[in-house]
Amino acid sequence: MSSTLHSATFAPGRFGPYGGRYVPETLVVPLFELERAYEAAKTDARFQTEFADLLKNFAGRPTPLQFASRLTAHLGGPRIYLKREDLLHTGAHKINNAIGQGLLAVKMGKPRIVAETGAGQHGVASASVAAHLGLECVVYMGTEDMARQALNVSRMRMLGAQVVGVDSGSRTLKDAINEAMRDWVTNVRNTHYLLGSVLGAHPYPTMVRDFQSVIGREAREQVLAAEKRLPTHLFACVGGGSNAIGLFHQFLGDLSVKMVGIEAGGRGGQLGEHAARLASAQGFTGARPGVLQGTYTYILQTEDGQIATTHSISAGLDYPAIGPEHAWLADQGRAEYAAVSDSAALDAARLLSRTEGIIPALESAHAIAGLIERLPRLSANDLVILNLSGRGDKDMDTYSRLL
Amino acid sequence: MPLATSNSTRISKRFAALRESGELGIVAYITAGDPTLDATHKFVLALADAGADVIELGIPFSDPLADGPTIQRASERALKAGTTLAQVIHLVREIRKSSEVPMVLFSYYNPVLQLGLEKFASSAATAGADGVLITDLTPEESHDYRQVLAAHHLDTIFLGAPTSTDDRLAKIATASSGFLYLISRTGVTGAKDALPDDLPALLRRARSVTQLPIAVGFGISLPGHVSVLGGLADAAVIGSALVSEIEKATAANPTPAGIDAAATGLAARIRSLKEAARHGLSRREVAP
Repeated sequence: MSSTLHSATFAPGRFGPYGGRYVPETLVVPLFELERAYEAAKTDARFQTEFADLLKNFAGRPTPLQFASRLTAHLGGPRIYLKREDLLHTGAHKINNAIGQGLLAVKMGKPRIVAETGAGQHGVASASVAAHLGLECVVYMGTEDMARQALNVSRMRMLGAQVVGVDSGSRTLKDAINEAMRDWVTNVRNTHYLLGSVLGAHPYPTMVRDFQSVIGREAREQVLAAEKRLPTHLFACVGGGSNAIGLFHQFLGDLSVKMVGIEAGGRGGQLGEHAARLASAQGFTGARPGVLQGTYTYILQTEDGQIATTHSISAGLDYPAIGPEHAWLADQGRAEYAAVSDSAALDAARLLSRTEGIIPALESAHAIAGLIERLPRLSANDLVILNLSGRGDKDMDTYSRLL
Repeated sequence: MPLATSNSTRISKRFAALRESGELGIVAYITAGDPTLDATHKFVLALADAGADVIELGIPFSDPLADGPTIQRASERALKAGTTLAQVIHLVREIRKSSEVPMVLFSYYNPVLQLGLEKFASSAATAGADGVLITDLTPEESHDYRQVLAAHHLDTIFLGAPTSTDDRLAKIATASSGFLYLISRTGVTGAKDALPDDLPALLRRARSVTQLPIAVGFGISLPGHVSVLGGLADAAVIGSALVSEIEKATAANPTPAGIDAAATGLAARIRSLKEAARHGLSRREVAP
């Protein structure tokens, strides 16, 4: 429990050299307030009871750890379990964090939340939690993402949220975060920024990880009950990295458990064609440590320090920076990161649909593709938990073009 | 002679002179490279000739999250023209050949980090820049940055905000040299009609923790703002209003004629603001 790797946070908000708090001054005191509210909530029995109640009765936890028997047989390698976050209310793991931060907003007396969204899953989760708790909700979304995730735009509006299209930059997740931060810095006195991943300034990467770590806590118990042993490998997709860190965190002290994060390899290794920040060994270029949107981490950027455009078929992975704790885990060699292409993810989505009867989100399909590409290094004695972070309903437009 | 100037940079000297005369200073912000670096060169000289006391040169950044739409568009135009931090530092060197106007580089942190703190500071200082302001850098995260910049005798200007507590304002002032930049309102950059009601209280809080000159920015564009601020602050920062002027004159007409028209417009704006500063309230009359 007390190993440095398990805690991985040295100075508050730092993961080795990564993380920190790089924000305009206007946001510093609000971030202190958020940090204090969050620290207090950790030991506040009433907060914890409410959080547990909403996770169970609103979101539908615990989620099953399902043995994927036909996928296992088809691939002919390790035994594969799926952590079924796709079964949660609103369709992805994002609801875990949205509930936690929604309750914090109420506790801090902030009647309004703003959120960014890429694939729309965090936006839908935020809109649902806001409606459930009686908060006003504004969601910023790149217009490119609004087009490819139209179903989720309708869901947010049905839930009473205002969806604001962002037309600047690459019109994707990064630009939505910029716009959400501009709203927050303007309305900070009555507004909480419900950031959806392990990104941004301290305390977000730590707080979001903690709210998501319920995934790994459940999975660890479930796998021990089912198999009487720890898994040998964990697989998860990594955009900002919240579902991955949510699964990994409870296993960080179990040094026999290998952790693999799968990034979006897009169309190729050239800068602009992918969203792979930690897969330079595979020839994905352009990532260096730097500061973006509040945190110091690996970022896809030009020589001059301008943030690069990215490409992924998956809106949720289409982002130039990675959560700072992942950068640290990669540096330490505690977790490995690799990237798979758009087309490999699509093939994997079809395979899971037809072997297990589960249509995965495009993001989660990257994790499956990553597992498939790694099969030569895995044996029948290996035991894999793969985080099926979201369901594929939102991606049916993309999938239907393949049918 | 000067009240509380700890060093002899061009910035400190200019603020000392302003305090002597009791006149509000005008800090002029423009985005470097919008629409071209040659145009920026012309604009800086025009602003200085018209009486701007300090020039802030904005380094364009792909993700300017503290800026409103006007400066976002200017950054996009400047990046489209291929502007880099290294080129802006070179521009400072060119301007310095013919002008002694104090110049501050105004940037987000990442371009500076990628150039490298030491390389950035030494080249900026050699070129003749006087100070640096980083929008997304706070005193807590700036230990190395301040050491390196101080070694090259560059002023480090930090921002205070309406949400900053008194303790923080003191910490920000301690980390700052040259002047303290006080953000007038919660929000992003951009011209507004009225000054916020709580601005005098914010200025009083800042005054109580520092002897540094205080420049107020965000939302200031009109001579009327300047008249009021004269009794409260040492300088007013005008940014988006100038950038709009450039946009109006050059976006549709990026020719030498358009650029000349923009330079004339910028100079006229500065002159009217300086006029308001001379005839508006003065710290001598209002300050205790």
